[in-house]
Amino acid sequence: MHRAGNGDALHLVNVAQAAGGEPFHAPGPGDFEFPPLFGFFTKPMLIVVLAALFVGIGFYLAARRASLVPSKGQFLGEGVYGFVRNSIVGDTIGLRDGLKFVPYLVTLFSFIAVLNLSGILPVLQFPATSRIAIPLFLALISWVIYNYIGIKRHGFVGYFKAMMFPPGLPKPIYVLLAPLELLSTVIIRPITLTLRLTLNMFAGHLVLLVCILGGEYLLVEKGGVFAALSVVPFAFSIVLTFFEAFVQVLQAYVFVLLSALYIAGALADEH
Amino acid sequence: MNGTINGSLNMIGYGLAAIGPGVGIGLIFAAYISGVARQPEARGVLQGIAILGFALAEALAIIGIGLAFVLS
Repeated sequence: MHRAGNGDALHLVNVAQAAGGEPFHAPGPGDFEFPPLFGFFTKPMLIVVLAALFVGIGFYLAARRASLVPSKGQFLGEGVYGFVRNSIVGDTIGLRDGLKFVPYLVTLFSFIAVLNLSGILPVLQFPATSRIAIPLFLALISWVIYNYIGIKRHGFVGYFKAMMFPPGLPKPIYVLLAPLELLSTVIIRPITLTLRLTLNMFAGHLVLLVCILGGEYLLVEKGGVFAALSVVPFAFSIVLTFFEAFVQVLQAYVFVLLSALYIAGALADEH
Repeated sequence: MNGTINGSLNMIGYGLAAIGPGVGIGLIFAAYISGVARQPEARGVLQGIAILGFALAEALAIIGIGLAFVLS
């Protein structure tokens, strides 16, 4: 096949290589690997420890001197707690059954939100949740909780019967429905919880890296006309940083909302 | 080197796979917006449902990007 004039993107790459300087190395999964700071301790682990300390100490300080006229810290802590209790647990599990899950869900929400937001905090600038082990472990905790709660409420057989054979459907449907429901509840739910959080953070961090490293490459490596063009990716990186902040809080909300829904589903009685 | 394209075909596959969830998320938010426009006081209830549907539709795109990186 004759390959001359094979598209604009290729043309740009060739121009970039002809103009001198080394070619641009696009960021990839390799940018998510960190050398250990000391021993086996890497940067994502440091972020997890810092986030755990921040959430724990923050809530402790917010609740320590609770007063009728709240301080700023108490206002923030109560705001997060009230948000999770009223608009997540209240709407899904219901406050009568759900009040005892509120502490877990508040902790989950603030921990994930802080881990996610470390992706746009200066100095840290890495969302620890983009390493799959962390969301996987959090999803496994949710998985254990909703299965345990369901088995405790309905009994082992009753739980799987309520899950796989919801009443009121024509008999042949169950051939299809029962294995799908079993697969969905036991295997697919923790996997999608994990992958949704991990890969949202992964993709968001990758997009930010492309914008910032691309702008840096144009400004530092190319120079000249290209240096003036670097304004575009830098402007995009600022806009995308705000967008990332939104996505990071949204994903923490989605993770907690889905955990609450799974708990609500496990607790639901047969109708 | 001249005239060749390097990279993984997986990424093109991922681009195609992202069309479906993209359309789905668009439909979900279109329904949410028209629901709120008809009945603004139902916003609080609809918001949770819309974000839930968004999360479930988005999971497909997310699984796609995961597999695009894994199956290389």
